Amino acid sequence: MDFKGSDTIPGPRTEDHLPQTAQAAVKIVIVGGFGVGKTTMVGSVSEIRPLTTEETMTQAGVGVDDNYGSESKTATTVAMDFGRISITDQLVLYLFGTPGQERFWFLWNGLFEGALGAVVLIDTRRLEVSFDVIGRLEERGVPFVVAVNSFPDAPRYPVEDLRSALDLADEIPIIECDARRRASSRDVLMTLMRFLHALATAKAPA
Amino acid sequence: MTPPQRRRRQQNRQPPPPPTPRTAQQGDEKAPERLYVVAGPDGERADIDLVTLIVARADPPPSATPEQTATLRLCAAPLSVAELSAYLNLPFSVMTVLLTEMLAAELVQARAPIVRQALPDRSLLEAVMHGLQRL
Repeated sequence: MDFKGSDTIPGPRTEDHLPQTAQAAVKIVIVGGFGVGKTTMVGSVSEIRPLTTEETMTQAGVGVDDNYGSESKTATTVAMDFGRISITDQLVLYLFGTPGQERFWFLWNGLFEGALGAVVLIDTRRLEVSFDVIGRLEERGVPFVVAVNSFPDAPRYPVEDLRSALDLADEIPIIECDARRRASSRDVLMTLMRFLHALATAKAPA
Repeated sequence: MTPPQRRRRQQNRQPPPPPTPRTAQQGDEKAPERLYVVAGPDGERADIDLVTLIVARADPPPSATPEQTATLRLCAAPLSVAELSAYLNLPFSVMTVLLTEMLAAELVQARAPIVRQALPDRSLLEAVMHGLQRL
């Protein structure tokens, strides 16, 4: 936390300013294991160069890390990369993804509580690293879709094999994507939005 | 080839316990006094989300701290708390404390985020879908 004074801080580029009419923002969280392409996906659809925000957690590692017997609690910094998409002159969408250890960002107050939903990005070479993330979303009741980031050398499983391996309910969408491509990442977000819309329609009173 | 197998979890009926608030007593030996200097002695925080939009309401008063002056300069146009945190290189929790004080002093205005309700607003979802289609 080395504050440099107001004159030296770079702000948004002029073209990155939101209009004064911007009234409200919504957020989507992109989750998944380390190196699975979350930051790539954020960057491919964001209208601004992805930024990083941090949080320091002093309690997060207690009882989880192997620091039993140690009286001093370690401070863990969790960094989240995020991007932005202007939806209308009034409405802005933010996308958050993080390369950190998954167990920590569930302690980040409010990150998931206010989110519209989540994208679970998976790499079929290391499917098991996404198990804990998916379980935590289920426990929290956060609606999510699963996007398979298609790495060239990754094993390709039929969707139904993946659904079975991930133990996902039939209604949860599973789609392939290339997180480097804007159109492909946009399609993932659209799939999440259609899923959320279907959930809202199903829950709406007749 | 058979992929590894996960087991589904149930949604918790009880909300998860809130994270333990950080205080100077909890072993944050790096710079607890720095928090105090940036954000003032009052522990109360406004209800601020990562995507709450902040807009400047006033010019920096002569008494403004460098952090307040920088915040006001950055949010001449609306800017999310996450973006402020990134540009100012301040952790999110420090940013919320700083903004709480600035909201109380009426230096900035907060435009609240739309949070997910038990029943999401379909017109909101449709607006987002429409915006994404234009990407």
